[in-house]
Amino acid sequence: MGPYLLRRLVQSALILLGVSFITFVLLYVLPADPVRQIAGRSATAATVESIRRQLGLDQPFLVQYGRYLFGLIQGDLGRSYLQKTEVAALIASRLPATLLLMAGAIVCELVLGLAMGIAAALWRGRAADQVLMTTSFVTVSAPQFVVGLLLLYVFAVWLRWFPIGGYGTFAHLVLPALTLGILGSGWYARMMRSSMIDVLRADFIRTARAKGLGRGRVVLRHALPNAILPVIAMIGIDIGIFMGGIVVVESVFGWPGIGQLAWQAIQRVDIPIIMGVTLVSACAIVIGNLLADLIAPMIDPRIRLR
Amino acid sequence: MKRLLASTAIALALSLPAVAQEYQPDPAAKAGGTITVTYKDDVATLDPAIGYDWQNWSMIKSLFDGLMDYVPGTTELRPGLAESYEISDDGQTFTFKLRTGVKFHNGREMTAEDVKYSLDRVTLPATQSPGAGFFGSIKGFDQMMDGSATTLAGVTVVDPTTVKIELSRPDATFLHVMALNFASVVPKEAVDAANGDFGKQPVGTGAFKLAEWTLGQKLVFEKNADYWRAGVPYLDGVVFEVGQEPIVALLRLQNGEVDVPGDGIPPAKFVEVMGDPAQAARVVEGGQLHTGYITLNVTLPPLDKPEVRKAINMAINKERITQIINGRAVPATQPLPPSMPGYTEGYAGIPYDVEGAKKLLADAGLADGFETELYVMNTDPNPRIAQAIQQDLAAIGVKASIQSLAQANVIEAGGAGTAPMVWSGGMAWIADFPDPSNFYGPILGCAGAGEGGWNWSKYCNEALDAKATEADSITDASKMADRMKLWSDVYMGVMEDAPWVPVFNEQRYTMKSERMGGADALYVDPVSIPINYDYVYVK
Repeated sequence: MGPYLLRRLVQSALILLGVSFITFVLLYVLPADPVRQIAGRSATAATVESIRRQLGLDQPFLVQYGRYLFGLIQGDLGRSYLQKTEVAALIASRLPATLLLMAGAIVCELVLGLAMGIAAALWRGRAADQVLMTTSFVTVSAPQFVVGLLLLYVFAVWLRWFPIGGYGTFAHLVLPALTLGILGSGWYARMMRSSMIDVLRADFIRTARAKGLGRGRVVLRHALPNAILPVIAMIGIDIGIFMGGIVVVESVFGWPGIGQLAWQAIQRVDIPIIMGVTLVSACAIVIGNLLADLIAPMIDPRIRLR
Repeated sequence: MKRLLASTAIALALSLPAVAQEYQPDPAAKAGGTITVTYKDDVATLDPAIGYDWQNWSMIKSLFDGLMDYVPGTTELRPGLAESYEISDDGQTFTFKLRTGVKFHNGREMTAEDVKYSLDRVTLPATQSPGAGFFGSIKGFDQMMDGSATTLAGVTVVDPTTVKIELSRPDATFLHVMALNFASVVPKEAVDAANGDFGKQPVGTGAFKLAEWTLGQKLVFEKNADYWRAGVPYLDGVVFEVGQEPIVALLRLQNGEVDVPGDGIPPAKFVEVMGDPAQAARVVEGGQLHTGYITLNVTLPPLDKPEVRKAINMAINKERITQIINGRAVPATQPLPPSMPGYTEGYAGIPYDVEGAKKLLADAGLADGFETELYVMNTDPNPRIAQAIQQDLAAIGVKASIQSLAQANVIEAGGAGTAPMVWSGGMAWIADFPDPSNFYGPILGCAGAGEGGWNWSKYCNEALDAKATEADSITDASKMADRMKLWSDVYMGVMEDAPWVPVFNEQRYTMKSERMGGADALYVDPVSIPINYDYVYVK
């Protein structure tokens, strides 16, 4: 376990280094000059050059990247070009909203996905199963901005059950969490269905039924805890999928998380913010995957970490 | 982009205008109440030296004051923190007498030292102010820029209530410059305490103070009870909720949850809102000092030929383009908007004439037309406008491919001079202050034609530049008509060379809730967009 963890941590650090490098390259070759955004439309050439020099953007690429890394190692994500605020402070102020949204999304996808998967497994081969599996296929494929706008229109504008975007109360959380969660629920439904079918075929289920236990009790108390284990390990991987989705979902719902921060920064070529959010997201993905791998053997002793 | 000074009707806009001393407040106005204003994007900064977009401009106006100010709802200058001022005979020395007893939000009294500190700060390269260039006429500005000085030689503290500002050249627009947000007076100790982030912890002398800022969610402005102007503000506070889509803001306004949607009426809902008398009654319309234009890059063949540029001017159906934006604009004939002083009355512009355009092209040896590129910002309605332009050009045989890009990329291509044509929508020029000079230098003059400048036509006519300089050297108030005549000549000269197709001048529409009170002019205030927070009230 110890050497394994160490190796994984080193790997993670290398992945983050790679992410930072690729993002930095992409932002470097971007055909938009951040200095122009800062200097504004009335700036003279001298002002533009002065700002470029102060930010070190007149330096060769490797020097710029080296400086960024040097800061990063000391925990310094730099300051926003346009807001002049510390990027770490900006991200810290918005991270709780994103984490809340992700927690909400996980609950949504688990509840929806597991319910659909269990139902499909119990009614295997019947019409209900087919309907549920088709639904799961649609939810996996649907673009998030479409789902988001659809939910917003139906439940907020039309039915007025939920507020139209914003942040603050539980009601504000429902629609964005659902939008984000619906995507994953399809995966969970499929995973849960096959896992459940496997377990329902197992000897101990037959034994339980033979003992005279009711069908409901067997499913909930005996089959579910066993079937759910492989599914749980997926949550770690989900965090990565969510990170891609939050930019869209947070923008659609006006959710004040890091996705919205990134979106606004991209429009204004505010490179330190874009770098910061990308790295934080990459960290979340790496940690999520690591946790998924670490949890797997705990819930299934057949898996060994090497 | 930034939307600044705009105006419904500028009665008398001279470059050194007769200064209005008093504003007659609304007799029905009463104090109290807190209003809610929404925006989609978070506020980037409230630092007056940094903020330069149409969202934070009016907020900063309400938190800070400069030596000069505008009469609410107009573009008429009035003294702000200066009680009075004197201008020397050569027009190059301004002596401002400050009001006494004006307190910053931190309780300290404002003095002449603060004025000097603030001007030094905005021109210091380390501040990275996008507005530094406006102060170019102050003596010692060049030394600030090249780093050989850390204080403006031309700004002198005579005594605690007197500041003398010497210019290195006559500048007819100087009082307007002193009314820009960039010239706001800030307290040094608060800037230092903010440790590089004054924009999130602003301290000024303004009518409101920042009480709360939850990043990405909301800002709360609270009435400054010690405000030096008696009787205002009327509101107890303003809550700015950010992260709200314009369409959501409109729905919430209809539900009575929002008082002013800061991003305006979403284009998709405009016809619906204006078609409903109850809603239309709460929409205030006004003009603004804005022109939407197509730049024609005079360095790239075949656009280097004036007759080709004229042919393109004749090919564009401006009426149809204004219809695309639901008639929220008037067709333009020249670079200056109609309400700007120096506008040439009676000039009809280059007429819409497809046959004439074809003939001009044929004369230029391009009877079969040519291929070109039109750069456009990728947000609605700009791509639709670009398509209309594309069709108009196709009618005279010019095949324009549309490059629809993010704003920053269009600005880059325009500045680099690689874009043959740029539709300015979404980045269009709106005056920083109501003076014709502000429409020339950066976007039509030689100064802006360099690499990266905002003169995307790369047009540089030195004779016109000289005339512009001559106009701005006229500081004698009695010769203002001469000055405006010169400016009119400059813009007519521009039309002669046709580096632009002036397309339309946008109108402004502000929607407000039932309970909002105050003159309409305050809701289309040329300086405070969307509204003048200091003077509106709750009925």
